[in-house]
Amino acid sequence: MITGSQKPLKEIATLVEPYERILILGCGTCVKTCFAGGEDEVAVLASALRLYFKKNYKMVAIDELTIERQCENEFIQEASFKAGQNDAILSLACGAGVQALAKRFAKSPVLPGVNTTFIGIQESPGIFTEECSGCGNCGLAVFGGICPLTRCSKKLLNGPCGGSCRGKCEIDADTDCAWQLIIDRMTLLGQLDNLATYIPPKNWSTSLSGGPRKLIREDHII
Amino acid sequence: MNSNLQKKLVNKEFVVTAECGPPRGANTAVITKKIQLLNGHVDAVNVTDNQTAIVRMSSIAASAHLVAAGMEPVMQMVVRDRNRIAIQSDIMGAYSLGIRNILCLSGDHQKFGSQPDALNVFDIDSTNLIHTVRQMRETGRDMSGYDLDQAPKMFIGAAANPFADPFEYRVLRLAKKIAAGADFIQTQCIYNMEKFKEWIKQARDIGLTEKVFILGGVTPLRSAGMARYMNQRVAGMDIPDKVIRRMEQVPKEQAPEEGVQICLETIEELKNLQGVHGVHIMAIEWEEIVGQIVQRSGLKKARG
Repeated sequence: MITGSQKPLKEIATLVEPYERILILGCGTCVKTCFAGGEDEVAVLASALRLYFKKNYKMVAIDELTIERQCENEFIQEASFKAGQNDAILSLACGAGVQALAKRFAKSPVLPGVNTTFIGIQESPGIFTEECSGCGNCGLAVFGGICPLTRCSKKLLNGPCGGSCRGKCEIDADTDCAWQLIIDRMTLLGQLDNLATYIPPKNWSTSLSGGPRKLIREDHII
Repeated sequence: MNSNLQKKLVNKEFVVTAECGPPRGANTAVITKKIQLLNGHVDAVNVTDNQTAIVRMSSIAASAHLVAAGMEPVMQMVVRDRNRIAIQSDIMGAYSLGIRNILCLSGDHQKFGSQPDALNVFDIDSTNLIHTVRQMRETGRDMSGYDLDQAPKMFIGAAANPFADPFEYRVLRLAKKIAAGADFIQTQCIYNMEKFKEWIKQARDIGLTEKVFILGGVTPLRSAGMARYMNQRVAGMDIPDKVIRRMEQVPKEQAPEEGVQICLETIEELKNLQGVHGVHIMAIEWEEIVGQIVQRSGLKKARG
């Protein structure tokens, strides 16, 4: 999933303050799963903002709605009516959702209420970890299913560096050393010898480095 | 052979390298002073590349100052701050300035540095860098396969940390760096001699010490506080309790001498260790002690 975390209340308040009527628009998919922008978070944020503005003697009317996915037009449509009724939209989706709304609602300012963080998983309740950088050329087969480009702080293809200590990364004691994980897993799979092979430089042209990317599926173009 | 360091190693001399950290500014006086302190004592001087991710004068420029002063630099280069385009260009530039040795490194993560808000690069890794420099030297081509008009022919160094985890994998990684093109290795500071001996034995057992020159790293401790700090805070550092205790047990004013003493004992062991071809003295901001260490360790000869 795409993970994100809600921006601090004060920052959100500053963003929406110039408007008289705002719509807080939640997204029921990824950001819901990571507790940043689903229906529940929309309700809590709306209450917090109402209280905040009341305390600060500001008049900002707050409307609420959550749609299934802000990254798909089919669902965005459901927000059209409320978008028209409000001066601005505070999106609690990821950056893709925010931009999809901005494309769809040309006249409405769309503001981000969430900091999009990464493509990851919920490792244990309440703990989300980054797993994939979306580089466009997956090499996980070589690394026992653990991505060094994402999970090694130095993106080492031929790791580990000299900072690996008791399974942890040199950047902090809470971060696992991806290369320790790779070595452990390859050992378990009986494939440790595979790591002796030199891995040449990554071809980054399929990543964001190659410019903004587009995925084209000819068979689905109407 | 372009590099004097290489010539000496090939001639089976036990070499001594030291370190020179460039200044945090454009003032060359600091470099001149360090050159004066090191000149005649060592065979080559590593010039660090924004070490600990603190912004300093570039290692290329500082290395060029060394060349101008008649000293041989080992230009350190990290992959943290440059992509492959900048790296290759800098290597050509460095070579054109008379720099003949390079040490290929990943680089400390910027999280510890003066500007943790910087974007890091890590386009290629340190092993890729080794491979690239060798490819330039051996084929005369850059990474794209383009025939260079005078390819840089660097003597290629790499780092090894025998004290990092997982220990069993360390020699395999060393083998990978050698296969990629490393000609010499400079190790992390050695305080845990038992572990170092085990590592070099493993390297010997698979024939690596015949393929590469290994320079054991040493850093004289100046105080017990420094020992404790390095052990806890410096990534990949292993200072056993008995070494820390030794530093603690002497009066404060005698601590530097005790540190030098430990360093001399380490060098003595390294001199007699099969597969070790020299020492790399990293006297961090204590360059004035290097001459003394070289003298007292019996490694003094006509150098420079």
